[in-house]
Amino acid sequence: MHDTWLKLFEISIILGLLIPSAAMLVWVERRLIGIWQDRLGPNRVGPFGILQSFADLIKILGKEDWVPPFSDKLVFIVAPVIGAVCVLMSFAVIPFSPNIGVADLNIGLLFFLAMASLAVYSVVLAGWASNSKYALLGGMRAAAQTVSYEVFMGLSLMGVVLLSGSFNLREIVLSQQSGWFIQTQFVGFIVFFIAGIAESHRLPFDLPEAETELTAGFHTEYSGLKFALFFLGEYLGVMLISCMSVVLFFGGWLMPEPLASWLPAIVWYLLKVSVLVMVFILLRTSLPRPRFDQLLLFGWKYMLPLALVNLLVTAVLALTEVI
Amino acid sequence: MTNQVDISLSQDWHQPNQLPIIEEIRALIHDVSLIPANKQDNICDDIPTVWLLKQDVCRVMQAVRHELIEPFTVCFDITAIDESERRHKSKHVADFTISYHLTSPQRNQDIRLKVALTKHDKSIESVCQYWPNANWYEREVWDMFGVVFLNHPHLSRILMPSTWQGHPLLKTHPARATEMDPFTLPKHKQDEEQKALQFNPEAWGMKRQGPDNDFMFLNLGPNHPSVHGAFRIVLQMDGEEIVDCVPDIGYHHRGAEKMGERQSWHSYIPYTDRIDYLGGVMNNFPYVMAVEKLAGIQVPERAKVARIMTAEMFRILSHLLFYGTFAQDVGALSPIFYMFVDREKLFGIVEAISGARMHPSWFRIGGLASDLPKGWQTLVREYVNYLPARLDEYDKMVMQNSILKQRTQGIGAYSTKEALEWGVTGPGLRATGYSWDLRKQRPYGGYDQFDFEVPTGSNGDCYDRCRVRIEEMRQSIRIIEQCLNNMPEGPYKAEHPQTTPPDRTRTMTDIDTLIPHFINVSWGPTIPVGEVSVAVEATKGIMGYHLISDGSTMSYRTRIRTPSFAHLQMLPVISRGQMVADLIATLGSIDYVMADVDR
Repeated sequence: MHDTWLKLFEISIILGLLIPSAAMLVWVERRLIGIWQDRLGPNRVGPFGILQSFADLIKILGKEDWVPPFSDKLVFIVAPVIGAVCVLMSFAVIPFSPNIGVADLNIGLLFFLAMASLAVYSVVLAGWASNSKYALLGGMRAAAQTVSYEVFMGLSLMGVVLLSGSFNLREIVLSQQSGWFIQTQFVGFIVFFIAGIAESHRLPFDLPEAETELTAGFHTEYSGLKFALFFLGEYLGVMLISCMSVVLFFGGWLMPEPLASWLPAIVWYLLKVSVLVMVFILLRTSLPRPRFDQLLLFGWKYMLPLALVNLLVTAVLALTEVI
Repeated sequence: MTNQVDISLSQDWHQPNQLPIIEEIRALIHDVSLIPANKQDNICDDIPTVWLLKQDVCRVMQAVRHELIEPFTVCFDITAIDESERRHKSKHVADFTISYHLTSPQRNQDIRLKVALTKHDKSIESVCQYWPNANWYEREVWDMFGVVFLNHPHLSRILMPSTWQGHPLLKTHPARATEMDPFTLPKHKQDEEQKALQFNPEAWGMKRQGPDNDFMFLNLGPNHPSVHGAFRIVLQMDGEEIVDCVPDIGYHHRGAEKMGERQSWHSYIPYTDRIDYLGGVMNNFPYVMAVEKLAGIQVPERAKVARIMTAEMFRILSHLLFYGTFAQDVGALSPIFYMFVDREKLFGIVEAISGARMHPSWFRIGGLASDLPKGWQTLVREYVNYLPARLDEYDKMVMQNSILKQRTQGIGAYSTKEALEWGVTGPGLRATGYSWDLRKQRPYGGYDQFDFEVPTGSNGDCYDRCRVRIEEMRQSIRIIEQCLNNMPEGPYKAEHPQTTPPDRTRTMTDIDTLIPHFINVSWGPTIPVGEVSVAVEATKGIMGYHLISDGSTMSYRTRIRTPSFAHLQMLPVISRGQMVADLIATLGSIDYVMADVDR
C-alpha cells in the first residue's frame, strides 16, 4: 500500500514537471530561434521573457471553447486528448535516473513504439473530424507519413536491442556502461532521430501542418485549449524523442566517473536531453521542407534500406563477437 | 574598377521609323484600310499608331501575329478609352476606342492598333485566338467599359465582383463616394454576395468527377499565408495533384486608373507608389517620364542619376523580400529575417534621402522632390560594400540547400515561347534564357551610360527565377556604385514653370514667377494635349503607363500596364499536374504583388 502511494506521488511529480517543462520549451525555442534569426524573441514577460508561456496559457484559457458546427463533434474533442495522452503514456517507461521512472517494463521499448503509433490517431482523427479540406489533407499526409516512418523507426532500434539483449530500457542503459551505443549504432541513431522528427511533425517534416501550404493542416479548425493540447503534444513529443535517444544511444543517466560522485544522475541525463532538444530547434531554423512525395520516397528508398542494413551488419558483428 | 559615367551623353531609345512597318502590313493585306494616326491624334511617343476598322480586326491581327516575317508575338496591353468627354480628338475617334499595344521582341518594336467603337454597338471580335493573354485584358475592358468581345472564351467580370452593377471606368460612372448613395449591406444583399462567391466548376468548363474519382475543389485564398495578398485560386484536385485551377483576382482593386482621372498630374504621384507597393520610386519612374514626355520637359542630369540610383535601391529591396518569402514558402523559416535586416538598412538610406521608407513618392515631374542630403555618399558606399558578402552567405544558406533545390528545380517551368505568348516580362522571362531587359533593349532615363549585365537563366523553373533575381541584385549594386562615383552636380529639378514650383526666393520678388507658382499650386499643372506610353523595367517586369492628356489639369485616361497581371494569368498553364506544395513554390517564385495585379 505504501509503495502504491509512493508510486502515485512519483507519477504526479513527473507529470507536474513534464507539462510545465513542455510549456517552457515553447519559450526556449522561441528565444533560441530569435537569437539565431538576428532578433530577440519573447523577452517581455518576466525576466528574459521566461513567463511567456504562462501568459500564453492564461490567454488560451480565456478563449472561447469553440467547436465548429460542421465538425464531427465527439471525435473533434477527443482527438487532441489522444495525442497528448499517448505521448505522456510513453514517458511512463523512461528511466530518468537509476531510481526515478514510473514503470520498469520488460517490453519498455515496444511500449514506446506502440504509443508512438497510437499518437497518429490524434492527427488523423483531428483532420477527419474537422470536416474541412485543409484539415483533411493534413490528416492524410500525417497518416501516410507516420505509417512509413514508423516502420524503420522500429527497425532502427533493433540494433540496440541486439546489443543489449533486452527490451527493458533500464537494462539498455546499464548495458552501455562499457560505451554508449552511439559508437556502434551511429546509423541506427540517425535513422531513429529522423523518424522521430517525422513522428513529432517538426520542420523539416512538418508536412501535416505545413503552414505555407495547408494554412495549419490538421489543426486548422482548432482553437483555444484544444489547440493548446496539440501544441503540448508536439513539444512533449520533442522531449520524448530526445529522452529516448539519450536512453538508447547516449547512455541514459550514466556519467563519467569523476562527475558521478557529486552530480545527481538526473541532472546529467537532463543535460544530454536538452542538447538533443536544441538540435531539434536548430534543425527547424535551418532547413526547408521537402515535398510530400519526396518525403515518402526518402523514407522508403533510403531510410528503410539503411535501417535494414544496419540491423544486418549489427547482427553479423554481434554474432562474430566483434562488438 | 567601375567605369566612368557621363550622363550628359545619354540618349533615350527611339522606335525605328514608323512608316515601314505599316507598309509591311499593307503589303500583306492590301484590301484592308489602315490609317496611320495623324497630327490630330497627338501621339507624343514614337510608337507607330494605326486606326483599323472594326470588321478588319481579325484579318489585321492574323497578319501581325502570324504572317509578318518577324511577327508581333507579345500582346503587351489591351485597353479602352471612353471618348465621350474628350475635347481634343481626331476625326477617327468615335465614342469608345480600343487600343491594342503589341510588341515584337525580334524587331524590338511596338505597334499600337486602335479601333473606334460607337456606343450603339459596343462589341468587337476577341483576339484571344492570337494571344492567349488577351483573355484577361479583354475581360478587364468588358468589366470596366462594358465592351463586349465576341467569341471570347469566358467573358466575365474580373476586377469587380460578379454582382457589380455598371462599368466603373465609364465617364458617366461616379468617381467619388460623395457622388453616390451611402453604402449599405443588408442581410439579404450579404447573402447574395456570399452566394455569388460560391465556385461553380461547370461555369468554367470543369468536371466534378473524373473517370474513376471525384475531384476536390480547394479554395486557396483570398486569405492564405502563401498567396501573398488577397488572391484566390480555386484548385481542382485529384488527391494532392492539381488538375486545373482558376485564379480569381480583384480583391485588391482600388480603382487606381479611375483615381488618375480625378487627381492632378502632380498629386497622382503618391498613388503610383502604391501600385507595386514594394517598388517604391520605381513606380514613379514610368509615370513621371510619361508626363515629362507629354509636356516636353528635359530632366537635369543630377536628377537622372539620382533617379536611377534610388530605383535600383528599390529593385534590391523588392528582390530581397522576394528572396526571403520564396525561401519561406519552401519552408525555410530563417532567411527572411536576415534579409529583413538588410532591407532595414537600405530603408534607412532611402529614408535619409527621401524622408519616407516604402512609399517615398520622391520623383517629381521634371526632377526630384528634394536634393540628395549631405553625406549620402557615406551611407550608400557602406551599403554597397556590405550587401555582396551577405548575398554570398545567402547563396550557401538558400540556393545551395539540397532540399530547396529538390523543391524548385524543374518545378513550375515554362519555355521562352510560352513566356512571350503569355506576356511574361522581367526576371520570369529572363529565367527562360531570353535576355529582354528594357534598360538594355530600350534604354531610358540615362541607363544607356551604365555598365551592367542582364542575367539570364536557362530552365525557366522556380530555381532559375530566383537565381536571376539574386544576380540582378548584384548588378543593381554595380549600378548604384557607378551612380555613387559619378553623381553630377547641378539642379535636381527642371526649371519648367508648369511642373516645378519656382525658386522661393524669386517668387517673393517677381510677379512672373509668383503667378505660375500660384496656378501650379492651386490647380496643378496643365499638361499639353497628347497621348503617350512609357514603360520601364520595374522590379517585377515591365510596367507601363499609357497617359492621355486632354489639355487639362487632370489626366483624361491613365492606363497602368503592370507585370504581375500578366504573370498571374499564366498560372493555370504552369500549375496543371503540380502538387499543392509545388504550386506554393511556383507562386513564391513568380514574385507578384496583388496591388500590382488589381490596381
